[in-house]
Amino acid sequence: MSSADSTFKRFVEVGRVVLLKSGPFSGKIAVIAEIIDHNRAIIDGPTTGVTRQSFPYKHLTLTPLTLTKLPRGAGSGVIKKQLEQEAVVEKWDKSSWAQKRVAMEKRRSLNDLGRFSVMLAKKARRDSIRKSVRKARST
Amino acid sequence: MARSKELVPSVGRLSRSQVFARRGLFKGQKKSENPAVTEVPATIEKSVGGDKNGGKRLVPTSKASRFYPAEDVRQPKKSRKSPKPTQLRSSITPGTVLILLAGRFRGKRVVFLKQLESGLLLVTGPFKLNGVPLRRVNQAYVIATTTNIDLGGFKVDDNINDAYFAKAATKGPRTAEQEFFEGGAPKAKEPFPESKSADQKAIDKVILDSAKKTVNLAKYLKASWGLSKGQFPHQLVF
Repeated sequence: MSSADSTFKRFVEVGRVVLLKSGPFSGKIAVIAEIIDHNRAIIDGPTTGVTRQSFPYKHLTLTPLTLTKLPRGAGSGVIKKQLEQEAVVEKWDKSSWAQKRVAMEKRRSLNDLGRFSVMLAKKARRDSIRKSVRKARST
Repeated sequence: MARSKELVPSVGRLSRSQVFARRGLFKGQKKSENPAVTEVPATIEKSVGGDKNGGKRLVPTSKASRFYPAEDVRQPKKSRKSPKPTQLRSSITPGTVLILLAGRFRGKRVVFLKQLESGLLLVTGPFKLNGVPLRRVNQAYVIATTTNIDLGGFKVDDNINDAYFAKAATKGPRTAEQEFFEGGAPKAKEPFPESKSADQKAIDKVILDSAKKTVNLAKYLKASWGLSKGQFPHQLVF
């Protein structure tokens, strides 16, 4: 089925870049190499450290990125070559989705003093915004 | 054991507390002085009549019982267990910022100084920043943060120990009246000992000087800690 017939934009298809949501590789991206059935697919991420494995769709999220020229059941070597050619990892890292995830992770790993400093910084930002808005209104 | 007649050897009819209640020893005056004990020798030499009896004999002063119990009564086993000294949590080192979770200063961030003999932690606010004085806390009621204040080899004086925090003993019974009033008027408040406030200042000075070197650290110690919506302590990194 081509995407022209559907309102959906992302499909489970060979070459689809997916984000893993659970397991030891959670948070990493990989590529669908082969679809096993309606529950699982073979995924592989030679450049992201994800080993070739069968993975349930339940525990992955489809991203807008794809490898368009990937043939069915391609091996790790071919996938690696195409990933590098299409610069998929760089595209992913630049996407706002990935950046938001990084920021969230960073916030989560802050210690108590770090959280306190963030609170102070937010306060300072609020203050400067409030002051400049007031100034702009009065003129 | 007179009141608590034995049901079977080593098991009395009454419990320990029931025997205590019936003996009524708590009713009498408690004398702190023991009566002088006169030492009695174990044996006395006695002269014995008769030619072939040697004339003298050593006789025990307290005669041994003529009877032995038919059954051996087991001696209760002595416990050889003794409490181990409290082990300090590995995340707590001198200079670590702790969050107090219980007591009058709950929610305050304080600085750990050393562990005392009793296993309690010696902490200080510093007093100037958040009003927490030199104080002992149990490590169970504390969150250790990863923030550390460099004390630079500062050693807390050895005279600050558990006895330092003990209350001065008062002699004799005191009524509530005596405790709070004197000559019909409320008692004047006793001033805080100057030596103690000097100790507090000396320790706090080191911490304050060190805290100034890190951005926001003094403010951090001054502020109190709390959880907001959607925050769960087990998911947070301290």
